[in-house]
Amino acid sequence: MSTSTTTIDDLFPDELFSPADGHGDHDPEANVAFGFWAYLMSDCLLFATLFATFVVFSGSFAGGPTGRQLFDLGGTLKETMLLLTSSITCGFAILGMQRQARRHVMGWLAVTFLLGLGFVAMEVSEFAHMVAIGAGPDRSAFLSGFFTLVATHGLHVMAGLVWMLVMMGQVSFKGLSEPVCSRLRRFSMFWHFLDIVWIGVFTVVYLKGSL
Amino acid sequence: MAHATSHGSGASHGTLRSYLTGFVLAVLLTGLAFGLVMSHALPTSTTFTIIFVAAAVQMLVHLRSFLHLDASSAQRWNLAALAFTVVIIVLVIGGSVWIMFNLRGRTMGETRPAATQITTSTAPAAHF
Repeated sequence: MSTSTTTIDDLFPDELFSPADGHGDHDPEANVAFGFWAYLMSDCLLFATLFATFVVFSGSFAGGPTGRQLFDLGGTLKETMLLLTSSITCGFAILGMQRQARRHVMGWLAVTFLLGLGFVAMEVSEFAHMVAIGAGPDRSAFLSGFFTLVATHGLHVMAGLVWMLVMMGQVSFKGLSEPVCSRLRRFSMFWHFLDIVWIGVFTVVYLKGSL
Repeated sequence: MAHATSHGSGASHGTLRSYLTGFVLAVLLTGLAFGLVMSHALPTSTTFTIIFVAAAVQMLVHLRSFLHLDASSAQRWNLAALAFTVVIIVLVIGGSVWIMFNLRGRTMGETRPAATQITTSTAPAAHF
């Protein structure tokens, strides 16, 4: 990194961090991946606090509707399959990237985008329906917790959609250069991570709430 | 070449096979969980246990097949960060649930419907 006389590298030599194989920290891509992983783990903690809040309030209906009355598990299953399928099509885009197959990458990213968009559309219509029938976030502590947790996940997915559009633009105009590929790998980590959080959401919120 | 420098940790390479295996397993586990809840085939407590085990297994499948996390030395720091995060998650969620349900049991145990007895100005919030 730096060429100045006393650097942080002198204080913390690479061997300190990779005693065994030694080559890990000389790979900038690995460092970037680890940094992004650290962000994902901190995002996990954000979701953990929202899950904790939801669970604590999960029986606080204040005389309002319960999960069993509100949730349509068939719709939730469709949302789940949309997100799960978008995870594997995102993986296909990465496989195309490894072969430098640009059209392949663009095609699978487009499919991933549409599946993610379908997920968001279903979620927005579910929320709109709930608000319309008087089951908005202001109805009970249970619904406040529900909307906070599920909408935070939904906002992450929307951020992922924006990111995907940006990446499709970069692949079109810059090609599959190493910086673009590096960003695509970060994006795929983010997208797969959101699918893992969704497993928690559909289990803790929808399935347990419908038991 | 373009991907020659990416053999390290993080989002390491997947194969078509690993993605497809993960996808099939994830579909089966999701189907199992939704099927059990929607069909009411088993007693509630059994279903409860199974869906949470299925969710935990599915998260591991996703980590392994989609995020390509494994026990190799290149992944050591990712695994360490994940293990630390899991500890914090267990503390935050487990601790919150333990404390708050214990508190609810103590304060609202037998007088649950009689919340009006607590005639404070913040009565609506007392419905916790």
